[in-house]
Amino acid sequence: MNNLPPRTLFEKIWDKHVVQDEMDCPSVLYIDLHLVHEVTSPQAFQGLREKGLIVRQVGRTVATADHSVPTTDRSLPITDSMAANQLRQLEINCREFGIPHFGIGNPHQGIVHVIGPELGLTQPGMTIVCGDSHTATHGALGALAFGIGTTEVEHVLATQCLLQRKSKTFEVRVDGQLRSGVTSKDIILALIAKIGVGGGVGSIFEFTGSAIRALSMEARMTICNMSIEGGARAGLIAPDEITFEYLHGRPFVPKNAAWDESVKLWRQLPGDVGATYDTQVILDANKLEPMITYGTNPGMGIPITGSIPTLESLEDDSSRRALARALEYMNLSPGKRLLGHPVDVVFIGSCTNSRISDLRAAAGILKGRKVNPKVRVMVVPGSEQVKRQAKQEGLPELFRAAGCEWREPGCSMCIAMNGDELRPGQYCVSTSNRNFEGRQGIGGRTFLASPLTAAATAIEGCISDVRTLL
Amino acid sequence: MEPVNSFTSRVVPLPNENIDTDIIIPARFLKITDKANMEQYCFHDWRFDSAGKPRLDFILNQTRAKGAKILLVGKNFGTGSSREHAPWTLMAFGFRAIISLSFADIFRSNALKNGLLPVELPASTCSELFELAEKNPAMELTVDLASQSVKLPNGRSVEFPIDNFSKKCLLEGVDQLGYILKQEKHIQAFEQAHPVTVPTSQLQ
Ligand code: SF4
Repeated sequence: MNNLPPRTLFEKIWDKHVVQDEMDCPSVLYIDLHLVHEVTSPQAFQGLREKGLIVRQVGRTVATADHSVPTTDRSLPITDSMAANQLRQLEINCREFGIPHFGIGNPHQGIVHVIGPELGLTQPGMTIVCGDSHTATHGALGALAFGIGTTEVEHVLATQCLLQRKSKTFEVRVDGQLRSGVTSKDIILALIAKIGVGGGVGSIFEFTGSAIRALSMEARMTICNMSIEGGARAGLIAPDEITFEYLHGRPFVPKNAAWDESVKLWRQLPGDVGATYDTQVILDANKLEPMITYGTNPGMGIPITGSIPTLESLEDDSSRRALARALEYMNLSPGKRLLGHPVDVVFIGSCTNSRISDLRAAAGILKGRKVNPKVRVMVVPGSEQVKRQAKQEGLPELFRAAGCEWREPGCSMCIAMNGDELRPGQYCVSTSNRNFEGRQGIGGRTFLASPLTAAATAIEGCISDVRTLL
Repeated sequence: MEPVNSFTSRVVPLPNENIDTDIIIPARFLKITDKANMEQYCFHDWRFDSAGKPRLDFILNQTRAKGAKILLVGKNFGTGSSREHAPWTLMAFGFRAIISLSFADIFRSNALKNGLLPVELPASTCSELFELAEKNPAMELTVDLASQSVKLPNGRSVEFPIDNFSKKCLLEGVDQLGYILKQEKHIQAFEQAHPVTVPTSQLQ
């Protein structure tokens, strides 16, 4: 039929979206879907205004309010005037430029990377961008999705195109079977611990292997979400029956005959036999344990029963300095175990782990148990839709009965822009994706882990191995 | 954008690796809706203590940082979020070039679009520069975009990579948007062949 050399999933999507390729210039890449939120867009809209430009494709653009929204009673006015102004600005910009906007109170409002897939806006083979590095999440459905800066947000608003250079391909193969208590969050934390936070720079991950194929759609999103924490701009998983089943019937996917036609095209997306990658890493799912981070970047992770590395175990001066600095910030000692370390807060939420399956997983552990009274436990659903579904299943009551706070949807304590934040020195086990200094509040100390580990920690009041509660 | 060409400046060494965008500008400052007065946010939580007093032991608060245009850092600078506020605040502070062994992808792309040069140099040169800057705080380097090189005090020049397209845009001070807008004919042809299936505007 054709004589093209075998191509990877990434190469197929890339080739299909190149609008123009000129010598010595980056490719002009067409963008199928542009997701917009309040934090990285105001200056881009201002740029359009100053240049007298309009939004080229409002039907390929959608905006939601997530980073700055309060997760407390939404009927009250927003007390932070800057946050309120930013949210108002998004509303004004969307109205002026004709973009659909899911603001506070809209039934589709939620974290941008949660609502894309759940509404079926995210589809296999698409190119998707957002002024947000966790756009990689959408790659779980076989879409080429990556974060861009505000200047590029303006480019895409004005032209629906982006100037891009082709990234290298990086296969992450995970074979075997996850053991009980080990989740997709642990796969991605183990990968980043292995290759480091710069390991994937310049590349796009493609996750393959039997352990990946066995994961649910939402568990795959957790993996792709944190591709950026491994340095890769995007993470991809080839679409399969699990993908199609997940998407079928969602509001924005094609219907009836058009659906069948789409699925036929989507089936051609997975990489060809013989396609090769520039780099490859292999993980054995059978050997993975629940993971947790101890430091101030997501690559500083260990199995939950493991110990913090000692300075002597590291190869170069620069890593030793980095470890020493991180442990000073975290007030932890090298060589020590984390199990049993007391925590002040447990945060279950963020675009990594705030979907219904994440809440169900945490609820499964918390059911009939009480959280330790010394710990504040916040459960923040990723979207209004997740919240509705959780309500139908009685999860808010279950969380409250266990002693957790059940809150309104948004980014919340993942980024601490909305008033949900740690106090200086507090320790938090968080299901989010970044443990950077101050990420969850000035002086706050973050341990990244799965919703299962978070729930177990909430009950015990200290870092715990969920497998003892299963 | 101001054209970028050649400049000579003192160097601020900050050897930490993996400096993330939350360090460069903490997220709580991202509630702004313009680019005004961004100098104050640059490395805020390393520059100021909880009472807002400058930490004098931090290099950005020392005299050598005043007026310096070059920041010398450890590997994988700018890891983390896509916030373009990071290059904005670095430029507001006065920096025009960041020298490192490597940069995070999105940070590099954002920097280039704002006229902040990501200068990637080999490990041996980076360590040499850290040593020189340590020994002589007044040391100056010349960064020259046209020749893609950094001139060391001993007269030696070291080249750094930059793609031709970005280089041309920076030298001429032009916005890359102009280039995409010129592709109108091709974009239209592409759109005709790839119509939207279900428009986002269908559901409000
Ligand atoms: S939940 Fe956190 S990582 Fe995800 S989009 Fe919001 S702030 Fe970013």
